[in-house]
Amino acid sequence: MAKIALEHIRKAYGPTEVIHGIDGEIKDGEFVVIVGPSGCGKSTLLRMIAGLESVTDGTIRIGDKVVNNLEPSQRDIAMVFQNYALYPHMSVFDNMSYGLKIRGLPKAEIKRRVEEAAHILELTPYLQRAPRQLSGGQRQRVAMGRAIVREPSVFLFDEPLSNLDAKLRVQMRLEIKKLQERLGITSVYVTHDQVEAMTLGHRLMVLNGGNVEQFGSPIDLYDKPQTLFVAGFIGSPAMNILDAVCGGDGKSMTLFNGDVITAASGAENLAGKSLKAGMRPEHLHLAGSHDAQFSAHVDVVEQLGADTIVHGTLLNTEEQLSVRLDGIQRLERGSTIGLSVDPANVHLFDPQTTQRVN
Amino acid sequence: MIENRPIVTFFTHVMLILGIFMIALPIWITFVASTHDEIRMVQSPIPLWPGDQFFVNLERTLFGAGLSGTENAPVWLMLLNSLAMALMISIGKIAISLISAFAIVYFKFPFRMTFFWMIFITLMLPVEVRILPTFEVVANLGLLNSYWGLSIPLIASATATFMFRQVFLTIPDELLESARIDGAGPMRFFWDILLPLSRTNIAALFVIMFIFGWNQYLWPLLVTTDTSMTTIVMSIKQMLEAAEQSPQWNIIMMTALLAMVPPVFVVIGMQKLFVKGLTETEK
Ligand SMILES: Nc1ncnc2c1ncn2[C@@H]1O[C@H](COP(=O)(O)OP(=O)(O)OP(=O)(O)O)[C@@H](O)[C@H]1O
Ligand SMILES: [Mg+2]
Repeated sequence: MAKIALEHIRKAYGPTEVIHGIDGEIKDGEFVVIVGPSGCGKSTLLRMIAGLESVTDGTIRIGDKVVNNLEPSQRDIAMVFQNYALYPHMSVFDNMSYGLKIRGLPKAEIKRRVEEAAHILELTPYLQRAPRQLSGGQRQRVAMGRAIVREPSVFLFDEPLSNLDAKLRVQMRLEIKKLQERLGITSVYVTHDQVEAMTLGHRLMVLNGGNVEQFGSPIDLYDKPQTLFVAGFIGSPAMNILDAVCGGDGKSMTLFNGDVITAASGAENLAGKSLKAGMRPEHLHLAGSHDAQFSAHVDVVEQLGADTIVHGTLLNTEEQLSVRLDGIQRLERGSTIGLSVDPANVHLFDPQTTQRVN
Repeated sequence: MIENRPIVTFFTHVMLILGIFMIALPIWITFVASTHDEIRMVQSPIPLWPGDQFFVNLERTLFGAGLSGTENAPVWLMLLNSLAMALMISIGKIAISLISAFAIVYFKFPFRMTFFWMIFITLMLPVEVRILPTFEVVANLGLLNSYWGLSIPLIASATATFMFRQVFLTIPDELLESARIDGAGPMRFFWDILLPLSRTNIAALFVIMFIFGWNQYLWPLLVTTDTSMTTIVMSIKQMLEAAEQSPQWNIIMMTALLAMVPPVFVVIGMQKLFVKGLTETEK
């Protein structure tokens, strides 16, 4: 078990810097998910922790040891790759035991560990098979097993589920979570799937363009996104972000079409400024004409049974808007609906700095 | 496309049979000639069916003094020489190429690309082109009339190096990274992972290189003056010359037949791995 400390981590490939100074501490036994769009540097960061990529600048500590110059095998880590990276010519047993054999563990101990891992992962009947004789989900489990038998102090995962079909992905996600809780091993998990990130992680590190946008619990990220990027990235359908001008009280926001909404906590010094107002689709409610704060034009209605997603535009403007309503709602395409939002659920951002202001 | 018209079926079969006939007939004649005695072989017409002298000829060819009127080594020794040369060439080529490809693909060292291109350039320098300087080198090293002299100059192989480079490039990087995390050093990775994964390619290359080595003619002719170092392919040519004085066709044909046998065995023996190499797609 160990904590991981990242101090001003930078990574450059030749002249191009792709990671611009990342700080963060991952606690002992914590499950941290690194999430962000494609190309933001998630894998690069993870591979630096693993020792597969050199660190251009900064310090990585695992436990109390600076590991910058240690070989991957000396860092006491185990990694699960997206394509599993199983040795194709070795049986499942040999795949799982290869690292232990190199470390020179006694045969009996190797056998015990592999059998125990196989038992946990329900792989016992397949130990003598070659990887190509296994299904995708089973291969994924072998890759996990190979990580478990090392009894490392850190697990690293690089999009381990993205080669699986949707249903299996949900199932394996649950298994990984249970396994991590059972073993209590510090884990870093990379994904670009925000649902995976929200369900798995104790904390999420949102990366964008080589910078950390926010590092916090899933609920933090959902309730108090610190930047416009996080606001748009977390949640599905994505948060509505509308142009607004702050009124004199710092709380009433005039939207582009003249409608006015209220934010619970504003700031007086914002009066008169142009802001971005964010509202999650699930926080918007249908409202009658007298208590509607603003109106929208309905373009598309998606009936999902449990809820109804309405896509439209802010009335008389081009600003896109989506609304998530409970249950089945019969709404006509082309009609106009009145909407209201709880002031506590209005997020305000400065369009220049993209930072949260309330 | 599946055609079922009888005329097409008939035509394709005729073509196939003709093709087989053209390839098989000379071999058949060789075989038939090796089963008759030398008197029968100089009478015309030449026989088309096997006689009863096969084992007599076999013994005379393998262990006799060879063709009367020539000073050749016994055929068994020539077979042994050829085998040694072909094995040294094919195994040497594979070993050197594997190691060079490993260095070029997996290591960063100064002038890596220079070495790469130097290997590439040797493609244009087969032994026939550089035969005089190579002979000079081998002679100065005192390697004339030795197995080393026969095989070493033929061992360097750009083709095989390129093939292994290509094979290594198809092996996903993650496999190397997995091995690094498992604590395997470069040599362990080479032995435990690269070699087993290139097994089928090694087999294919072995077949090709063995036949290449076995069929060498010009180079052995130059570096061997001692009759005890003669290879079987060289001797056939010499026998043909000798045949003008004493036409012992049964012995000559038996020698030719014996020269064909080892490559055939290698191909048949390696066939299984070949097919596996073609059908196994996963790396
Ligand atoms: N070997 C390399 N040489 C140069 N640039 C690289 C190299 N590897 C990665 N990069 C660049 O670094 C950036 C981050 O890459 P990285 O693989 O970490 O992205 P990622 O967040 O994992 O994306 P994805 O979700 O697509 O896997 C990318 O812009 C990529 O082009
Ligand atoms: Mg990646």
